[in-house]
Amino acid sequence: MSDNKNGPREIVILSGKGGTGKTTITASLATMMDKIVMADCDVDASNLYMLLSPKVMREQDFFMGVRPEISRQECTQCLVCVDVCAFGAINGESLEIDPVECEGCGVCAWFCPQNAIELVENRCGKWFSSETRFGPLVYAELFPGEENSGKLVFAIKEEARRLAEERAASHILVDGPPGIACPVISSISGADHALLVAEPTLSGLSDLERVLDVCHHFHIKASCIINRADLFPEVTREIRRLLDEKNCTFLGELPFEKGVMDANQRLVPFVEAYPKATLTRRLEKIAARLAVL
Amino acid sequence: MRIAIASGKGGTGKTSISVLLAKYLSFESGQEVDFLDCDCEAPNGHIFFQVHLTPLKTVNIFTPKVDTSKCTFCGKCSEICRFNAITVLGNKVAMTFPELCHGCYGCFRVCESGAIKEDPRRIGKVYAGRHEDGATRIHLVQGVLRIGEAMSPPLIKAVLEEGEASSNLVAVTDCPPGTSCPVVTSIKGADLVVIVAESSPFGLHDAAILTKVVRRLGLTFAIVANKVLDENTLIHEWCAKEGYRYLGGIPFSPDFSMEYARGGDIFKAAKRMPEIEEVLCRITKMVQER
Repeated sequence: MSDNKNGPREIVILSGKGGTGKTTITASLATMMDKIVMADCDVDASNLYMLLSPKVMREQDFFMGVRPEISRQECTQCLVCVDVCAFGAINGESLEIDPVECEGCGVCAWFCPQNAIELVENRCGKWFSSETRFGPLVYAELFPGEENSGKLVFAIKEEARRLAEERAASHILVDGPPGIACPVISSISGADHALLVAEPTLSGLSDLERVLDVCHHFHIKASCIINRADLFPEVTREIRRLLDEKNCTFLGELPFEKGVMDANQRLVPFVEAYPKATLTRRLEKIAARLAVL
Repeated sequence: MRIAIASGKGGTGKTSISVLLAKYLSFESGQEVDFLDCDCEAPNGHIFFQVHLTPLKTVNIFTPKVDTSKCTFCGKCSEICRFNAITVLGNKVAMTFPELCHGCYGCFRVCESGAIKEDPRRIGKVYAGRHEDGATRIHLVQGVLRIGEAMSPPLIKAVLEEGEASSNLVAVTDCPPGTSCPVVTSIKGADLVVIVAESSPFGLHDAAILTKVVRRLGLTFAIVANKVLDENTLIHEWCAKEGYRYLGGIPFSPDFSMEYARGGDIFKAAKRMPEIEEVLCRITKMVQER
């Protein structure tokens, strides 16, 4: 948000729609940019580390919110907890707490006349500080089904910013999550720039417009690249029109390469697997433009 | 009977398979089928049905508003709030941060002077429409999250409620990507979860996490491999090793992708791919078994 700040520039890669190529592109850009720190903020389904064979230097448990536990000895089954729970998370007969519905607000414990409900800290994931050949990478593993908290995204970004300062990095590359809600909002919070990876499909177009609106809403400058642009030129043209209309910088088109799928199967960044491909040359140009953004 | 289509990773083909399955089930049964688009952050199902959507309802969540003329600045609201959504500074200011509020009503309940009022916050809208094409009839319900809103689950629940209120016997749910709360909300209560795993290490990695979620919820599930290249057996082998029900593999098809890209006739494109029909047929069988 602060455009003239000193220190590393934080670039978040987003797309709205999933599967447009965010991670593939992030990994390739990372190999071509100097003095970077990387953060994978798609904590639900983090894939970037798979391409970068990181060496984990530090591992930290992540606690988020609380989980109520009802003591059967002290409980008189007055059902006050059931009444005050706004989420219907406590079963009125078994008094079991549905971990999916429970938001961890603790209102049940507050109002329990017997003080029979204890709030236990909820361990909901881990985050890792690691080293790769291209610079440090911070990523996380959310335990399956846990609340995807903006707080975990914040924790990752905080560590990435700390490392960036320590190493005097020039850029932080953030691989963002799909969608437009909580984790996306946390990913762009405090970022300098959003790099949008568009896909020339009508779904991709519709989702790009929504993520662009989110960037505008939070006053984050955005630029866009169109991935696999040559596959569907008609939709690519529509995307270009949308970018013009929304005053979003167009950074270039990337061609479809079957080698991308091959490189991903082998878990190697594309530009390393195919150093001479057209796609590699296009990505080099984009990396160069990002470096001076 | 509700079938949820989910994936973990984004862009694996959830929407395509949901759309094809809904149409297939309607054709086979001669009945109208509900299509519940729970990907409220990026809804796309409507692109593939010629359907006129009309707004059905606005979804609000509770957020607090402080009536300072009644407020005694006792600070209890701020004490009970675990999300830092309400703060009392000294004996003058009571501030609310609605975007942090989870709508637990804690502040509202704990306030002894009745100073906290309900201030509904609009998080999105539910739309619905009907599609009819020869022998198939689809009732499409879609949630659209408002730009800047962080939490989609209340909206997803509103979409699912429409499905419950519908008289149709079968519903297909197109779920959001990921493995956390929006997906959990979307698949909860489903009779069958179909996991669409992209045939790649990423697809496998994320489908494996999702499978853990589905198992934790005690739901019946089966797996489809999609965008299979060169007869890759990654997903099939994983299913065999874990003992998961495997519904088949759908090859990567430029022809199908083209129709998908331009919102064209993916049904016609699917007819040229026997693997798709096989998968849809197997899902239908699982539905009938239950």
